[in-house]
Amino acid sequence: MSKLYRFAAIGAVLLAAACSNPSRFDDTNTVDLNNQPGGLDAAPIDPASDPASPAYFQQQVGDRVLFLVDQFTLSPEAKAVLDGQAEWLVLNSDFQALIEGHADEQGTTEYNLALSARRANAVKEYLVSKGVADSRMRTVPYGKERPAELCANESCYALNRRAVTVIAAGALSS
Amino acid sequence: MRALAILLSAVLWLPATVAMAQNGPLRIEITEGVVEPLTFAIPTFEAEDQGAAQLAGQLSRVVAEDLSGTGLFREIPATSFIAQRASFAAPVRFPDWRAINAQAMITGAVSTAGGRLTVKFRIYDIFSGAELGQGQQLVGTQAGWRRMAHKIADQVYSRITGEAPYFDSRVVYVSETGPKGDRKRRIAIMDYDGANTQFLTDSNAIVLAPRFSPTGDRILYTSYETGFPQIYVLDVASVRRRSLETGDGSMSFAPRFAPDGQTAVYSLERGGNSDLYTVNLNTGARQRLTNAPSIETAPSYSPDGRQIVFESDRSGTQQLYIMPASGGEARRISFGDGRYSTPVWSPRGDLIAFTKQTKGRFAIGVMRVDGTEERLLSASPLDEGPTWSPNGRVIMFTRETLGENGAPSIYSVDITGRNLKRVDLPTAASDPAWGPLQP
Repeated sequence: MSKLYRFAAIGAVLLAAACSNPSRFDDTNTVDLNNQPGGLDAAPIDPASDPASPAYFQQQVGDRVLFLVDQFTLSPEAKAVLDGQAEWLVLNSDFQALIEGHADEQGTTEYNLALSARRANAVKEYLVSKGVADSRMRTVPYGKERPAELCANESCYALNRRAVTVIAAGALSS
Repeated sequence: MRALAILLSAVLWLPATVAMAQNGPLRIEITEGVVEPLTFAIPTFEAEDQGAAQLAGQLSRVVAEDLSGTGLFREIPATSFIAQRASFAAPVRFPDWRAINAQAMITGAVSTAGGRLTVKFRIYDIFSGAELGQGQQLVGTQAGWRRMAHKIADQVYSRITGEAPYFDSRVVYVSETGPKGDRKRRIAIMDYDGANTQFLTDSNAIVLAPRFSPTGDRILYTSYETGFPQIYVLDVASVRRRSLETGDGSMSFAPRFAPDGQTAVYSLERGGNSDLYTVNLNTGARQRLTNAPSIETAPSYSPDGRQIVFESDRSGTQQLYIMPASGGEARRISFGDGRYSTPVWSPRGDLIAFTKQTKGRFAIGVMRVDGTEERLLSASPLDEGPTWSPNGRVIMFTRETLGENGAPSIYSVDITGRNLKRVDLPTAASDPAWGPLQP
């Protein structure tokens, strides 16, 4: 459980950083064209600064929830993140959501696929219960095929037992 | 009457016995304990023309490696020979081979006349001073020389052990390259010994768990090529594939052929729940086999096609169950400590191979069909996914090393638990499925 708190803490730090930087354009992301040797150049705008952007969803709302070993029930922490996701999805109704289910590597391929499907579906059902249209979401189970963290201890496995909500502008084709 | 025989005991748990007699039949019973490998000499095959010299050397090496690789045979190195073979046709001077304790000898001659590869071979029982079975001649293309070597080794193996052979067979697997977080996976086929890898898919999509048809002409597998996991059937000769109509769901996976080659059993996931279904590959007709809120997956048919063994977590953890092939009541067969998964019915019908997890470690094991007499054959931080050799004597599986640089390899082990070894392949590799003995 301590890993969950650490994960939440990282999110809180990100959130704090975002709050201390309310302006979308400041010195850190503005380029003075006069100082560019090649002349015209585009200044990268941090995409996460736009609250209607998928990057904002990913970094500020939080795109993932974690699960205990073999479990697919949503913890209170997970539900809090998903409440934010639902709010964002209701507000930004042009976007679709692809919910990826994942498992850690401590299991066989087939079981992990089925378990990660349960996790993705648990997230989808929760978002539906919070007002997101079922038709805007699809699930894709990855089993243990796409670990987020590479290591061989429980703190790492905990981060791989996850469901990630990926925001897409287009239709969710099969 | 076979004078030279290794008896591969089906009674695996008996203490080792090695019985030898100078005048009677030579018998070696292979059991869990110590086994004395049968010694053999294989003088480099005779080259009957200049073009055959290199192939003659390669052929005799592969025959020797096939036999030694079983752990049941031990080669006597040529440096120990006190006699040289004058020619394939020359009579064998048995005392010269008895003197170096060779129990069997394989001789051969290779010709490339007419652009074709011709190989003749004979097998001798040195102590009884007689040929074991009849000499044979094989004819084929030069490119197929390895298969010819496997065919010869298969003859030696089956004549001496009395068992069906397995060297001339292929294994479909997943070749893996790239970093662990973003593995590039391709379906590939190798010879049973890791030679001749041939790729069947590109690396654009995640592919999982390929399974051979009973005749080896097709492969079922799961691919993410649409972005979502679905089952495909691939024709090996043409490398053409089509997706299976597996029904309305988020994911279809874990397919396996029925022994008739016309039906596939698989898992379909819908709304987070996975159940077992079958589909007729010709008509597309589907049948639902299970209907439970638990995970039902990893199905495998009995060789007679009448039953299916599968894993389910309906009891709370993954366990093994057997049900009729048309569905219906399932009986649990695994009752040991820990959890059991990926059951595969042996081609002989008497054993189920499985993956077992206990205390954070993984093992490959076998048990009888009624769940008794469990035996573990391997153990590591991550072993999974057994597959049977066509004769039911050897099991291949995936062993993955943990950590950031961890990677999978394919291992093989005898069902006695002996002779565990890694299959030498050009890339990391996982998910082996053994095909049939080739005709």
